[in-house]
Amino acid sequence: MEVAVIKYNAGNVQSVLYAMERLGANATLTDDWETIQKADKVIFPGQGEASTAMQYLKERKLDQLIKSLEQPFFGICLGLQLLCEFSEEYDTQCLGIFPIQVKKFPPLDKVPHIGWNNLQNLQSPLLAGLDESAYVYYVHSYYATVDPAFTIATSHYIEDFSALLQRDNYYAIQAHPEKSSLAGEKILTNFLNL
Amino acid sequence: MLTKRIIPCLDIKEGRTVKGVNFVELRDAGDPVELGKIYADEGADELVFLDITATVEKRKTLVALVTKVAKTVNIPFTVGGGISTVDDIKALLNAGADKISINSAAVKKPGIVDEMAREFGSQCIVVAIDTKSLDGVDFVHTHGGRKPTLIQTQKWAKEVAERGAGEILLTSMDHDGVKNGFANEITGEISSMLSIPVIASGGAGNMQHFKDVFNAGKADAALAASIFHFKEIPIPELKKYLQAEGISIRL
Repeated sequence: MEVAVIKYNAGNVQSVLYAMERLGANATLTDDWETIQKADKVIFPGQGEASTAMQYLKERKLDQLIKSLEQPFFGICLGLQLLCEFSEEYDTQCLGIFPIQVKKFPPLDKVPHIGWNNLQNLQSPLLAGLDESAYVYYVHSYYATVDPAFTIATSHYIEDFSALLQRDNYYAIQAHPEKSSLAGEKILTNFLNL
Repeated sequence: MLTKRIIPCLDIKEGRTVKGVNFVELRDAGDPVELGKIYADEGADELVFLDITATVEKRKTLVALVTKVAKTVNIPFTVGGGISTVDDIKALLNAGADKISINSAAVKKPGIVDEMAREFGSQCIVVAIDTKSLDGVDFVHTHGGRKPTLIQTQKWAKEVAERGAGEILLTSMDHDGVKNGFANEITGEISSMLSIPVIASGGAGNMQHFKDVFNAGKADAALAASIFHFKEIPIPELKKYLQAEGISIRL
């Protein structure tokens, strides 16, 4: 199993690579078109800020590449937000795989949303073996709104938001599965088995 | 629902855990990686590794340790202790640490909090504050709580939050090691005042102390060391108790 982890200016990719290693997958951090196109699975990790990330992707035409891929593709954290249409974070036009808006949490509670929260309304083979008692680890200030056409699980913090999204071969998760103990490993394993 | 976090803290010296631990499962009682993994498997929500290595030369072992922890442990972890430069932080984050905690360095040069938050994002910057009450007023202490400063704790917490800290790790030196419960009053005061999470530390002696710090102390997370290391309170039992007491907890 060859997994390409897309290399761009996002933080904390090492943990994703280590998680892949623990699950026995051969993961390579790369921004090479050919390596990414040939991979069995592609992971789009991320931590950081949307506008500088989008700018970086555009400069290297990785935005075009991402939109053209056909193998199972998994956006993580900022990766999920960048796959949406538009982010309120510096009013950034994103990749538009999901026609969904990314909004900032209103200041009705502590922001960022940091810690373990459970998944609700799970409905995807990606979440096989998990139920609403599954907790995943979140660190984020922006969230993707819920769209029943693409939302395959929700979580609740201040608002209901899209915990996971899917459209065709594109999957995405707002939490950090690589840091989410057994539940996270289950999700990553399910992705590798798609 | 967002849950309250339980965080064991491991003191590290030259790459080894220091406070004696009492784990029969451990092949090597001094191996922080093995201990961290056991805690993660038992249901700890996060880990903190606090490096108390005295010399700069020997501190280099920390990056190697962080790499090993990141490879092995599947929950978030914070690394702290004597970290003072952006280069230190970069090396530790690149090795796989999720968050970095700074303490004395921030007091000495508060601008470093802004610098770190800009460079790495607030989400990975924890500012640790050691506080002690003198004549009814709470003052920040540095150097492991030994050195008093003239900075008032509540004011400092507000300042570091404004400068971009992502979380505050508040240790009450009055309560630390005494096992009489967390400093609920000041923890609650700071947690209510700020829009970032507060991790309470110092004073855990029994399970009710955790319940109290989450309710009265409004803490988002609670950190403890010896009671976990000596298995006075096993983490699974603590989490079941807290859930039964109506606290939102991950089981």
